[in-house]
Amino acid sequence: MNDDSVRILVPAGMIGAGFSQETVDRGLALGADVIAVDGGSTDSGPHYLGSGMPKTTAAAVSRDLRILLRAAAQAGIPLIVGSCGTSGADSGVDWVADLTAAILAEEGLDLTVATIYSEQDPGYLKRRLAEGAVHPLPPLGPLTEETIDGCARVVGMMGHEPIEAALRAGADVVLAGRATDTAVAAALPLMRGMPPGPTWHAAKIVECGGQCTTNPRAGGVFAVVDRTGFTIEPLDPEAACTPTSVAAHMLYETADPYRMREPAGTLDVSNATYRAIDHRVVRVEGSVFEPAEQHTVKLEGARVTGYETMSFTAIRDPHILANIEQWAALLGKVLVDRVGQTLGLTEGEYDFDIRLYGHNAILGDLDPATHPAREVGVMLLVHAADQTTATAVAKIANPLMLHLPTPDMPYLPSLAFATSPAETERGPVYEFVLNHVVDSQTPTSMFRTTIRKGGLR
Amino acid sequence: MTATLQDLAIEVRSKNAGPFWVTMELFMRDEAGYAVVADEAFINERLIEQLYDVPAADVRIFRIPSLNVVKISYPRPVPQGGLRDRDIHAGQHHVPLAVLAVPEDNC
Repeated sequence: MNDDSVRILVPAGMIGAGFSQETVDRGLALGADVIAVDGGSTDSGPHYLGSGMPKTTAAAVSRDLRILLRAAAQAGIPLIVGSCGTSGADSGVDWVADLTAAILAEEGLDLTVATIYSEQDPGYLKRRLAEGAVHPLPPLGPLTEETIDGCARVVGMMGHEPIEAALRAGADVVLAGRATDTAVAAALPLMRGMPPGPTWHAAKIVECGGQCTTNPRAGGVFAVVDRTGFTIEPLDPEAACTPTSVAAHMLYETADPYRMREPAGTLDVSNATYRAIDHRVVRVEGSVFEPAEQHTVKLEGARVTGYETMSFTAIRDPHILANIEQWAALLGKVLVDRVGQTLGLTEGEYDFDIRLYGHNAILGDLDPATHPAREVGVMLLVHAADQTTATAVAKIANPLMLHLPTPDMPYLPSLAFATSPAETERGPVYEFVLNHVVDSQTPTSMFRTTIRKGGLR
Repeated sequence: MTATLQDLAIEVRSKNAGPFWVTMELFMRDEAGYAVVADEAFINERLIEQLYDVPAADVRIFRIPSLNVVKISYPRPVPQGGLRDRDIHAGQHHVPLAVLAVPEDNC
């Protein structure tokens, strides 16, 4: 450790994605001061926040955690994991904490573990809403109490502050609930007094692991933040960072490539410079952090919209394929009629989507191509207020998805169901409903931290 | 065959930028390719409205000559993971842009 720079080891874009032991060994050999890794994202949809279930599997997370916990203990440096359990729900933090405790016990490692919870109490949010302290981000409008009440779960996105507080309190391992992707990497450099412009910029560049290198699949990056900027290199000796690969990462999953809001302020990279130090190491300077007048915490919330049942059949018959849109329209019409006759449901009481995979399922009317498909997969997705209704509608569709002809066919074709039964119940389905920020009373007040020796809850 | 934008690009890609925005980038091979896509008379908010059926007023376009990149962001037209969402990560929405023909005077 020295006072002039802080060295950040990021083994992968997400814990559970996998990385080699060599990646971590190389980072330690380069003198890492902290290991930081993200554990989640909203990118895979609202299910994970709504259900509180992780996208990753326990075996994959444990495998990565074990390597990182050993490395942290061996080097005597902190390990920080953000957005535990994909969504950062309290259940996700507990899940990673339990995996951690088991590994620490098995490995005989004596580390102090902090868990930081980020779920938000609806009563607190409604109070802050009434106080005028909740503001929408585009494209959403003002928040209502009903929207808060309708959420299955709400998390607040922490900045570096609760993580820094846990490190100051003596944590060797910090398992954070929902945190900005950058907060996990920024916490230690900021705590050691590194300037916020280079720190936040470095944290953004490393947040997806190897994405900022010439070989995104190689994983692992290493950043050194100092008083005037930062340098970055891949942990895979075969991969390289180039000024272009690093600068281009500011484009990734950002609506605005120059300015990025954090709870404490805004990173502005408009005037950043990217310079090759050698064929695989890049130096970045000129990044600026503008502290915000009001510290804010962004909310994420998901609500249950209903239940879904999916059915899937496939068509190879050239005559039907030549008239596939006509066929799909007939399927929809006959289904509505049959559901009305048999279940007595009208169209507002359920909804469905017929997707023609191989024809235009992904882009629909936006698709510029017109050539015919060799085969088409037909997905029927039924949505209703309860699972029983959704499945009943899908079962009404079953004989149609097996035998429906086009209007001009004098016989009943038999189509190719992919599975038996054809229907799969998808359970509750969710949507994101919050894109709002709360004015923070203090940067840590919306988050709850517990610290335990050995990590046992 | 008419040349398309992807013929002049290293990569054309699209992705969610959080649950409520879609963002796309045209990474062009060189300055000449960049000049084609950075031309405001060609790629502009109205073109994106036509290609993606989103209001032109909501479209944000960033032209970045230092990287030979044009970046386009717009609010997600369908809720992520909803019944009508056929592309959860919005990872295939670059195609209508990528297959646009290069304007005649640039061929």
